[in-house]
Amino acid sequence: MDITINHFLAVSAVLFTTGVVGIFVNRKNIIVILMALELILLSVNINLVAFSVFSGTITGQIFAMLVLTVAAAEAAVGLAILVVYFRNRGDISVESVDLMRG
Amino acid sequence: MELIAFYIMAAIVTISGISVIAAKNPVHSVLWLILAFFTSAGLMVLIGAEFLAMLLVVVYVGAVAVLFLFVVMMLDVDFVELKQGFLSYLPFGVLVGVAFIAEIALATFARGASADDFNPYPGAENNVEAIGQVMYTDYLLLFQLSGLILLVAMIGAIVLTLRHRPHVKRQSVAHQTARRRKDAIRRVDVKSGEGL
Repeated sequence: MDITINHFLAVSAVLFTTGVVGIFVNRKNIIVILMALELILLSVNINLVAFSVFSGTITGQIFAMLVLTVAAAEAAVGLAILVVYFRNRGDISVESVDLMRG
Repeated sequence: MELIAFYIMAAIVTISGISVIAAKNPVHSVLWLILAFFTSAGLMVLIGAEFLAMLLVVVYVGAVAVLFLFVVMMLDVDFVELKQGFLSYLPFGVLVGVAFIAEIALATFARGASADDFNPYPGAENNVEAIGQVMYTDYLLLFQLSGLILLVAMIGAIVLTLRHRPHVKRQSVAHQTARRRKDAIRRVDVKSGEGL
């Protein structure tokens, strides 16, 4: 029995679900929420690459590269916002973010 | 043989993914995340997507994970306090997760997805060549656009974190080079026995 696309889709689905659950269970820790987002994007990448390879078109890998770009940009800007927020407030509690409303 | 390698790596990815969200210390979370990235790169190598695997290691492990590690270690946060509420959110989180995976399974089995032809690099000698053939031709605009996204993100991150502290002495090159001798030196006649 060889590796099929279903194997990869299963791994990707499990990883995606792990990321979604991670966002829910780590409600207070925004750093771990960002890491869970990275997990989700990683699972999307696995999905795109698997479909690309098993359908014999290279396009999926190009799009996986674009997802990678966006993930890197998102991590950079998100962590920059986090650093500024920490500098202003002295903690990174997600629950007091709504105090910034104004 | 390949299937065994796949199952080992899939197990490692799953375990490290769960450990990312369950680890008590965020530094450990980042390290688990790095393991997840590495193993995903291994999975991609397994089906012949070598370029994406290298990109994953370079970009995710080399840039994103190190950035995370840097921020986690730089911010002086009481992480024990942040971890509280984990157990109270756990049932809801697991519920959402089960619903999610059930929906995906339902959709997969309803469609009966199976495309098992294995072709990592259609119409080319290797994976990198196959990507290079289309990346700079068919997808040139998207390629340029992703560069623009990175530029905007870089400028945004710099603008967000840059701050001017008022009491720090800085070098002003223009001021220095504009300085002439007549501004700096003054000749005075000092009488003997007197100060200036």
